[in-house]
Amino acid sequence: MTDFFIFVLLVLSALIGAYLYRVLQGPTIFDRVLGLNGISTKAIILLIVMGIVFERVEMFIDLSTGYALLNLVGALAVAKYLEQKGLP
Amino acid sequence: MSLVYEISLLLLLLMTAAGAILVKDLMSAILLLGCYSFFLSVVWAWLGAVDVAFVEAVVGAGLATVLFLLTLFGTQPKDGRLRRPPPPIAAVIALPLLGVLLLYAAKDLPAFGDPASPPSVRISPSYLEQSYKDTRTPNVVTSVLMDYRSLDTMVETVVIFTAGIACAFILRRKTS
Repeated sequence: MTDFFIFVLLVLSALIGAYLYRVLQGPTIFDRVLGLNGISTKAIILLIVMGIVFERVEMFIDLSTGYALLNLVGALAVAKYLEQKGLP
Repeated sequence: MSLVYEISLLLLLLMTAAGAILVKDLMSAILLLGCYSFFLSVVWAWLGAVDVAFVEAVVGAGLATVLFLLTLFGTQPKDGRLRRPPPPIAAVIALPLLGVLLLYAAKDLPAFGDPASPPSVRISPSYLEQSYKDTRTPNVVTSVLMDYRSLDTMVETVVIFTAGIACAFILRRKTS
């Protein structure tokens, strides 16, 4: 069963790699913001699966919830910045 | 199997760090730094330091992005230098040598999670046995941070407080 979850972790990391290509390569700023948000959605699941592997799910749920909440704040800050400063 | 996963995580970490340095647009560099902090927190969580991972995910990936964006309000969004100055020759030679030296020294460290290493033989049991008797705190990490190392923690708090005051002075808006 642990092997299965580690396989899930590997697949999620590969998906994160696909988003990361967009973040690194993205021609416009919106590609990067969208890539980062996609990474954060994968990240929540990845942290919880990692918690299942280590059998400490309750701690990792706290971790992923905190990350998700503050990632929302980060996305809002980026939106506010683009609203006030205009597109770069 | 788990070693493969560690290597892939470290590769992602390296890619985001290099991207944050190489990209021209400062906004993109901030987003890449947020990405980097997230991968760092996953590495901490993978190594078993969940509390450090929590702080890295919340402060590094969340708050630091917002603070960097606040800084960008006061600066130019592009890196103004058209061509960056090349790094000095001494740094190019000395830093890889330092890395090799550190890797060489790291071979003598006890293996990760080794139960026979000196810290887990001598230091950890004494803290685990005596910390409750000494401090009446059920959490060992809290008793080490707040009782055994209380002076250290207090001065760290002073440093963070000073940094916060400096940020408030730099980022304040002029009310005219």
